[in-house]
Order: sequence, then structure tokens, then C-alpha cells
Amino acid sequence: MSSTSASFDPRVLRAPHPVPGAPDNWKRFFTFNTDAKVIGIQYIALALFFLLVGGLLAMIMRGELITPPADLVDPSVYNGLYTMHGTVMLFLFLFPILNGFNNLLIPPMIGAPDMAFPRLNALAFWLFPLFGTILMVSFFVPGGPSTSGWWAYPPLSTQNPLGLFVNGQFLWILAVALSGVSSIMGAVNFVTTILRMRAPGMGWFRLPIFCWTAVAAQVIQLVGLPVLTGGAVMLLFDLSFGTSFYQPEGGGDPMLYQHFFWFYSHPAVYVMALPVFGIFSELFPVYARKPLFGYEFVAVASFGITFLSLIVWVHHMFYSGTPQWMRNLFMATTMLIAVPTGIKVFAWIATLWRGRLRLTTAMLFCLGGLINFIFAGITGVMLATVPVDIHVGNTYFVVGHFHYVIFNTLTFGVFAAIYHWFPKFTGRLMYEGLGKLHFVLTFVGSTLNFLPMHWAGLMGMPRRVASYDPEFALANVLASLGAFLLGVAMIPFLLNLVSSWARGERASANPWQAIGLEWLLPSPPPLENFEEDVPTVLNGPYGYGLNRPLVADEARYIARANASPAPTPTPASTPRRPEP
Amino acid sequence: MSATPRGSHDAHGGHGGHGGHNLTGMVIFLLSESVIFLAFFAGYAVLKVSSPIWRPEGVDGLAVREPLINTIVLVSSSFVAWFAETRLRRGQLWAFRAVWLLTMAMGTWFVIGQAIEWRELAFGLGSGVFGATFYLLTGFHGLHVITGLLLMALMLWRSFQPGNYDGGEAGVTSVSLFWHFVDVIWVVLFLLLYVWQR
Ligand code: HEM
Ligand SMILES: [Cu+2]
Repeated sequence: MSSTSASFDPRVLRAPHPVPGAPDNWKRFFTFNTDAKVIGIQYIALALFFLLVGGLLAMIMRGELITPPADLVDPSVYNGLYTMHGTVMLFLFLFPILNGFNNLLIPPMIGAPDMAFPRLNALAFWLFPLFGTILMVSFFVPGGPSTSGWWAYPPLSTQNPLGLFVNGQFLWILAVALSGVSSIMGAVNFVTTILRMRAPGMGWFRLPIFCWTAVAAQVIQLVGLPVLTGGAVMLLFDLSFGTSFYQPEGGGDPMLYQHFFWFYSHPAVYVMALPVFGIFSELFPVYARKPLFGYEFVAVASFGITFLSLIVWVHHMFYSGTPQWMRNLFMATTMLIAVPTGIKVFAWIATLWRGRLRLTTAMLFCLGGLINFIFAGITGVMLATVPVDIHVGNTYFVVGHFHYVIFNTLTFGVFAAIYHWFPKFTGRLMYEGLGKLHFVLTFVGSTLNFLPMHWAGLMGMPRRVASYDPEFALANVLASLGAFLLGVAMIPFLLNLVSSWARGERASANPWQAIGLEWLLPSPPPLENFEEDVPTVLNGPYGYGLNRPLVADEARYIARANASPAPTPTPASTPRRPEP
Repeated sequence: MSATPRGSHDAHGGHGGHGGHNLTGMVIFLLSESVIFLAFFAGYAVLKVSSPIWRPEGVDGLAVREPLINTIVLVSSSFVAWFAETRLRRGQLWAFRAVWLLTMAMGTWFVIGQAIEWRELAFGLGSGVFGATFYLLTGFHGLHVITGLLLMALMLWRSFQPGNYDGGEAGVTSVSLFWHFVDVIWVVLFLLLYVWQR
């Protein structure tokens, strides 16, 4: 990242702190920096590192599962692998990377100079390497990492056969609890920022959908996460201090933990899904050159999802000895959540309908993600049906369902966001060719990996096993090949990230002709975005083809964003609205 | 809800200084923090109602007299804190400090009273779910009381920094809000643990 300064960057002299694109300033990413744009990149970079860690664990598992007997790793090692895989992917990849986008996008999108509490923000970030390290260390303690799955249900999770105080399960709980503390700090910050620091004229119905979904998701964190934390504290006491909150032999109740866990962990899937819904809602209009269909409905549906997501958790416990009235009740609420979600899907499709689609890499990932999400929604509603779930619960059908959401939809959305906003925050374009290769490999790999799982599950293959009956062999071979292909897909992606940051083509202020406050800033934006000169918002977002200004005095902001000193003179930046 | 005022901040180097949102942040945080207590309350209620073995042998309840006195002290301290705030708003800095200190003294009384109660109890953390929930709830609340005392000490210290309180509340309102929160939680806890004994 340090070899490109053939030409001199005058901003390096002017700016009080180095601008994000400055080549020789990578060191600030390793400091307690309070700038949201630096923190955002810190989150994203570290989260991508953990994506590789989690992916490696997954490939070892798929290597084990390519043949029916347990031959590559010991079954108890396998238990540790899937526990850590799930934990890493959720707590060290998806949550943090989305917080990275929150940091990068929220302040510029609402015209704020930074987050409301910059130091709290930096503190929240630095907890991330800390609990990441704690979780990784658990691989090396005697007895190995936690093997009780990412659910950590007691009594499995309260076993301590070696009798050591510091054991894998202990470190797991510690890491998850610290991640919770960090998330709460983040949530307070994001919500306060959006509530209090919007540009003049930016009322709620002029707020970009990404910010709506961010608030909706962070409200879930604020309401749900404390319950998990409370449950985890009690689990820790049971494990380490001899209490029996969840031990029936001591008067406790193991179901209590399941309720605590899923009260948060079901909504948690929407903490991850909502921001990606936001990303879809931002990107489809840009690349279809049409306003977002039903903007107000899409916005408000976010809070419909927030509310409903908090009252469906028992659908994860249909087969846990749950009374029938409770099953029926939660079956109904779960089906209801398909309504606000369906509104969003409908709005995206209507936005695409007869649009002038530009198939950039970002758009391809969005389209792929949308198709996969429709499929995942269907399997979700199937699982919400109690009789079906009693049949396929705890089989590979469930594993297929949630990977279709978490990887094939949400991670696709994350990739789309990276391709879309990379030029804004680094000042460089990514290579489209490598990007499209990344997309094709990812789409084929993920389909091969996760589609056959549904089939294996319907045939009855249980999840979380290291060996299986040979009748499931074909589905597993396909899945393993898909997993290895996904590993290969990371190569063009990483290559693209590193080399375009170092020597990619300079990006103009608005390379995609998008409409939004962040695109009225130079690429990369200066330290405090608009500083004192915050634009007054006149209209709602997504005015594609409507020929109306987003902000007062728009021409001046565009001119300034383009005129901002760039090392190599960019061709006068592309006009914002070429369409009639 | 459209144009929003932005707290004053200097253009550069003002990083970390986009103040003025402390109270919003504290309100959001307390709403969230109340949920963790709610989770503990729910866990306590479920276990108390459904556990086949509730009180360990030889324990037949909690004494109420001393805790009741502590409760009265803690709850009154909320009013004292509020009074301190009004002194600050009128610019009577020394009166504020004195009354604030009184609030802290009452909080400290409560913590010490709690410690004495713990020492004299006949059951421990390991004494069934009864003991475990009791120590979990009172301990977790006690941590909040101690945090509140530390925050109040910080505010007191800050009041000696010249000019610090010229521009407004500068954190005192947030801290006393936290204190009220700790008190309200205690009232619920007192009802659950000491009043609801049968
Ligand atoms: C229409 C929407 C959806 C419905 C009706 C739905 C329904 C369900 C049901 C009933 C289960 C429980 C299956 C079982 O354990 O037997 C389940 C599992 C799961 N779902 Fe969904 N789902 C939906 C969308 C989502 C979304 C958007 C996400 C992620 C962001 C997601 C992530 C998961 C995960 C992670 C699990 C499994 C957790 C585990 O057992 O380890 N689902 N879903
Ligand atoms: Cu769920």
C-alpha cells in the first residue's frame, strides 16, 4: 500500500490528519483512532480476516464430510470445528463487518462529521480484536475450544471434565459477552448519531433506507442483547461457580437458557439481515436508474421486522418439549414476519422492473442475493410450520436454510456493498473483471455448497455429525466441492481489494452516478465530511430520473467534490444524471 | 423531527468533542440496561414459581427490617440528587457539591448495608437456585450502585475544573438519571426478593 506516491498528494499537507486514501499512512489503522472512517475500515479489514479463519474451519469440516466415515478429524474435534465456525462467522465476521459499514456510511449519509461519541466508538472497536483473540486462544487451552455448538445449550455447555477454571467454554462465554458489550456501545452510538446529527431538512422520510435499517437493527441489539448477556452470565456461574440455574438436579431449568438464548439469537439474524436489506435498497435504485419503489413502506417495514422478530423465538424450540399452544402461537407470529419481509422483496422487484439495469459486480451480487433470499424465505416459512419442523428440525435442511440466508443473501450483500462503496472510501476503483470472476465463483460455489443440503436434510441427514450413512454421500460430495470453490473464490476477491487499493484507477466523487449525500463528498471524503458546510436536504433519496435536486445549492457541492485536489487529474467527473 | 441542532464543535482537532448528546446516549443505554434486569427478574420469577426445590434446608426467608431501612435511604437519595441538580442549575456550585456529596454518602450507606447483610446470611451462592438468584440479583444491582458512585465522584471532581459547568449540565443530568434508574430497579428488586416471599 505504500508504493504509489509517484505523484504528490497535496491533501497530505493540508489535512490535520491523513486522509483515508493517503498511501503512507496505514499505521493509523493500528492506533486508537476516533475517526469513524478509520474505524469502519478497521472493522471491515479485521472481519474479513476472520471470514478467512471461519472459512478455513468450514473447509476442514467439508473435507471431513466428503466421505461418510469420520476419517479426517476426530468426531470430538469436529464438534469444536462447527462450534467455532458458527461463532466466528456470526460474532467475528458478520456483526463486525456490518458495524464497519455503519461507521463508514451513517455519518456521510446524514451529513454528520463523525459519530456522536467518537471515543466510545474506538473503544467498541478495540474490544473486537480482544474478544477475537480470546476466542482464538481457546483453540490452544487444554481440552480445546468449546464443543457445545453456537447455541451452547446446557447441560452440554456446563460440563467441565478437566476441572480447569479457564477452559474452552469459559473463554467462549467471555468472548461472546465482550462482543455483546461492544455491540451495545455501538448501538448507543449509532442510534444517537441518527437521532441527533442529521443534516438540516433531513426528516425521517428523507433518510436513506440504510439508515432506517441501521436504527431498526440497532434497536434489536438494545432490546435483545441484554437478555443473551443475562443468560450467558448465569451460564458462566453454572459452569464456573457451581450454581444450578440451568441444572434440574439443583432445582434449575435448562429450558430457561433456551428462551434467553433464542430471545436474542433469533432477532440477531435480523440484526444482520436488516442492514443488508438496507444495502439492497440503496443499490437497486442506483443500478436500475429508478427510484426505490414504495420507499415509505420499505422504511417502515424495517420496524415491522424489528417488532415481529422479537416475538418469534420459540420457533427454534418446537422440538424442545414446548407445549402445543406455544408452538401454535409462535408458528403464527413467525409466518407474520414474512409480511414486512415480503413488502421489501416486492419493492426491490418492482424497482428492478423495466429499469435500465447496469450489471456491475455490485449489482450482480445484489441480484444473486435477492434470488437466493426468495428461496431462503420459502424454506423459512416451511420451517415455521410446526409439523414440517418436527420432521426436519436438526437436520441439514435447517443448515441449508440458514446458509441460504446468512451466506447466499447476507454475505452477497456485504460483497455488493464493498464493491459499491470501495471507491468512495479509498478513492480507487476496484477491477470489474476480477469482481465478476469473484461473483461467478461465489454464486456457483454457494449453490453447490448449500442447495444439496436441503435434499440431504429432507432425506433425514442430521446436522452436527462427523460421519453419516452412505446414502447421503452424493449431496455431501457436491457440498464439499462447493465449499472448496468458495475458498477459491476468495483469491480474486482479496487480490482485487489489495491491488486496487494500492494501484487501482482513481475514482471520481461519484463513479456510479448515485444520488445521496455521501456522493456529494470527494472520494475519499475529508476528515469531517462536510465539516461546517452541511447541505440542506430538499428531497427524499433515490430521485433517479426525477430531475430534482437532493440538496440546496447542489451544483456547488458537486463542483467542490470534483475539484477537491486529486493526485492525478481525473477527467471532469461524470455528470450525475444522464438519464432523461 | 427534521432539522436537528448540532452540538458545537471546533472544525478540526475537535475529535472526541462532538458533545451535547450525552443525555440521549444515556437514555438509550438505560433503556437497554433495564432489559438485562428484566431478564434476571424473569429468570427469578420462573425459577421461584416452578422450581421443585426452592429454599435450601434450614433457610426460611429473608429478614426485612434492615433492608427496608437501606431501601428508604437509597430511594430518598434520588430526591437529594435531584435537589443537587437544581442547585447546579441556579449556579450555586458549592451548594451543589455539598448536596451531591450527601447523595454519595447515602449511596455508600446502602452499599455497606448490603455488604453487612450478605455477611450475615445463612446461605451462599451455591445454596440452590434460591441462593444463586439472590446473590446474582443483589450483586448485579450492587455493581450498578458502585458504578453510580464512581460516576458521581467523577462529576464532583469535574466541578472543580474551572469553567467546566458554564455551558450546561456537562454530564450531571445523565449521572443523576443513572442514579434514578438504579433506585427504581432496587424498588422492583425489593418487591421481588423481600416482599414476595411466600
Ligand atoms: C421469512 C423469513 C424466515 C422464516 C419464516 C424463518 C424461519 C426459521 C425457522 C422456523 C427456523 C428454525 C428451524 C429449526 O431449528 O428447526 C429457522 C432457523 C434459522 N434461520 Fe430462519 N427464517 C426466516 C428468515 C431468516 C433470516 C432472514 C435469517 C438470517 C438473517 C435466518 C437465519 C436462521 C438461522 C441462523 C437459523 C438456524 C439457527 C440454528 O439452528 O443454528 N432465517 N428459520
Ligand atoms: Cu429464528
